[in-house]
Amino acid sequence: MADVETIAHDVLVIGAGGAGLRAAIAAAGRGVSVGMVCKSLLGKAHTVMAEGGIAAALGNVDDRDSWKVHFADTMRGGQYLNNWRMAELHAKEAPDRVRELEAWGALFDRTRDGRILQRNFGGHKYPRLAHVGDRTGLEMIRTLQDHGIHAGIDVHMECTVITLLKDGDRVAGALVYDRERGRFHVFRAKAVVLATGGIGRAYRITSNSWEYTGDGHALAYRAGAVLQDMEFVQFHPTGMVWPPSVRGILVTEGVRGEGGVLKNRDGRRFMFDDVPENYRNQTATDPDEGWRYTQGDKSARRPPELLTRDHVARCIVREVREGRGSPHGGVYLDIAWIRERLPNAADHIRKKLPSMYHQFKQLADIDITREPMEVGPTTHYIMGGIRVDGDSQMSTVPGLFAAGECAAGLHGANRLGGNSLSDLLVFGKRAGDHAADFASQHGAVTVDPCAVDAAARWALEPFARTDGEGPFAIQHALQETMQDLVGIVRREEEMQRALVALGALQARAARVAVDGNREYNPGWHTALDLHNLLTVAEAITRSAIDRRESRGGHFRDDHPAKDPAAGGYNTVVRRGPDGAMQLAREAIPPVPAELRAVLTEMG
Amino acid sequence: MGETQSSATFRVWRGDATGGGFCDYRTAVAPGMVVLDAIHQIQAEQANDLAVRWNCKAGKCGSCSAEVAGKPRLMCMTRLSELALEAPVTVEPMRAFPLVKDLVTDVSWNFRAKRTITPFTPRRPDAPDGTWRMQQADVDRVQEFRKCIECFLCQDVCHVLREHHLEEQFIGPRHFVYTAALEMHPLDVADRVPALKRSNGIGFCNITKCCTKVCPESITITDNAIIPLKERVVDEFYDPVGRLVKLFSRRQRP
Ligand code: SF4
Ligand code: SF4
Ligand code: FES
Repeated sequence: MADVETIAHDVLVIGAGGAGLRAAIAAAGRGVSVGMVCKSLLGKAHTVMAEGGIAAALGNVDDRDSWKVHFADTMRGGQYLNNWRMAELHAKEAPDRVRELEAWGALFDRTRDGRILQRNFGGHKYPRLAHVGDRTGLEMIRTLQDHGIHAGIDVHMECTVITLLKDGDRVAGALVYDRERGRFHVFRAKAVVLATGGIGRAYRITSNSWEYTGDGHALAYRAGAVLQDMEFVQFHPTGMVWPPSVRGILVTEGVRGEGGVLKNRDGRRFMFDDVPENYRNQTATDPDEGWRYTQGDKSARRPPELLTRDHVARCIVREVREGRGSPHGGVYLDIAWIRERLPNAADHIRKKLPSMYHQFKQLADIDITREPMEVGPTTHYIMGGIRVDGDSQMSTVPGLFAAGECAAGLHGANRLGGNSLSDLLVFGKRAGDHAADFASQHGAVTVDPCAVDAAARWALEPFARTDGEGPFAIQHALQETMQDLVGIVRREEEMQRALVALGALQARAARVAVDGNREYNPGWHTALDLHNLLTVAEAITRSAIDRRESRGGHFRDDHPAKDPAAGGYNTVVRRGPDGAMQLAREAIPPVPAELRAVLTEMG
Repeated sequence: MGETQSSATFRVWRGDATGGGFCDYRTAVAPGMVVLDAIHQIQAEQANDLAVRWNCKAGKCGSCSAEVAGKPRLMCMTRLSELALEAPVTVEPMRAFPLVKDLVTDVSWNFRAKRTITPFTPRRPDAPDGTWRMQQADVDRVQEFRKCIECFLCQDVCHVLREHHLEEQFIGPRHFVYTAALEMHPLDVADRVPALKRSNGIGFCNITKCCTKVCPESITITDNAIIPLKERVVDEFYDPVGRLVKLFSRRQRP
């Protein structure tokens, strides 16, 4: 196409959250030319939302911590479906990545002796999360951004990828449109790093921003790459449910850590009703013991509200489904009750949970020191993604790399809090380094003008349709389908219905029509994103149907137990020669003896 | 649905660099809604191509800046219940920046301005393993500035930019906050004071405090960032000896 300009780089990074920025900085550091396209403005990516911290075995607070403990914790959390090589590299390299952030200007909270302070978090044996109050994500992205703008990276803001381009088997770049003018641009590159984040927008209730439409997953899939573990989606148990405008926004685990309790419509603490057998002797038997635990009594056991995220989320779903929910379809999270126990409870709550206090006050008119919050599960994170080599982060397509949430492997069946930010840093850097090396070691690529032409024509088709449906209604229907049929509690029959519904939605999306012109047109952008959402929704559904057991983030009502045999494989999907999605089970390579020894040693 | 109770009119700016005007949209309002919800609803139901920038919908990314009922605000943190809904609510783009389309402005100047500021330059590590020691109190001093979400609302209201368009000579309150964060960073050893006086134009600020009033992160921009920086400029340029002593002691810190 004559009107499409071509921009050439050695390495093209797609996405500018933590992983994309870290990859671009790494690649630029190896002296190759680097371009970075991002869907939003620089520094706005979803990484800003992370609150908890960055998991790294620095051992500053408890010197018993080491990479071995972190490795074992990560594998246990992931129920051993993890790519063990990634779990090993992550545990070994995270401390250096955190120290490097400090060298670039990040300011973490400190220990008494002036080192980086670390906090406790679910699933981590020792205090391990480097943090800055409750805004660690902002600190991390701003540090990377402010460092990255001096690293010689060409940044192209508000650009979205339509398709990856290939030269034979190799990746050769991407066709992109800019939001501002709606013009197309070809980025030719010898290596491409995908760092596009997650898929939360496939669900109605999510903590994710609009950008999270599974772009990297879908682009890679269509370019021939393999996706794995797509059935594993993490639902955070406590998101806001009311008012509608804030539905899905996270309510930090810290509320429960400070003594907040979950209650149903009848005021019953339902979490006491369903404590899994294997957690029974670690869980408080009555409210008093639970309260003492939250106040630091080492002889008390944790209240049932602090059981694993997946279990708490399922209990909430059960209460709502059985008609015991709150008026807006959630349950109550009550921290105000602690005034029965503490003299100046209101001040205490405001001091311990400042951002939560502010969030509910400002957005819901609720004073959490006096009234309970309404909460319900929210789609938070996808463990599955693009299958990559553990060392290089290269996908099954030569020259195509992936890092961060859009890549699979590190987290297995469930991710521990805090392991996400460290994932972005460790594997962002690795992907950037290896992409730069790949670009240096391989010759030039050419872009096929016919492929560019075809993709550009496809992207413009919605403008030409006069009788099609608008994109927002289709997106909404897709979100309802996934929320209702492939959500937290899954059943074969419902998921089969979802597959049929997704087929119908694909047909509707193929006829989507948009008004207006190409300049900054959200209707058009949504129409294009729909195809990615539909691809990931299908991958999640097919993978979830195939895994007939419950493990980590994947819970089957019709197969509620864990099946030991299913612990030996990853579910993978790829695009078949006929364009249909093909599913397979791939055996996990055996854990090498030295890592096995670590797992045994750490219990 | 009781029509009068449950709907409101939004007078939304529509147009691009070549021109435009306000369009009225009537849309349903529900309890708890924020302005961004109303805009999204109008977009989904009446104007699919209405341009608006947003990401987090939680006041954390600084994307959804606009002027609501004449005030610079984050649309996602402005609840309809705070506004008078009897009359149309105007929603317009930030006026200090060139318009792209509808509610979206071209804020790229801010990114260029930031690049002109000397980046973080740490002193040599304190420990042989390449790490530093800092006290919590020293860290706390700069955290206020590091809360900035780069919404650029302060830039939007500053008359030096909004009315006088001195973008080439003045970096604006956001970047004074950024400079203050670097200058007061416990590890930083670079000197940005000459640049503040010359290319960054701190002298143009006449302490109107308009920027502080609109900051959604409640950063006390004028008192805590700009005035101390102005004092450094005075020290360095009008009290060179004192400044030398200070500079020397700063570099000597362990
Ligand atoms: S105080 Fe200074 S920087 Fe802030 S708005 Fe007024 S003139 Fe601008
Ligand atoms: S200083 Fe405040 S108003 Fe200015 S950009 Fe930062 S957050 Fe926005
Ligand atoms: S959308 Fe992020 S601040 Fe409003």
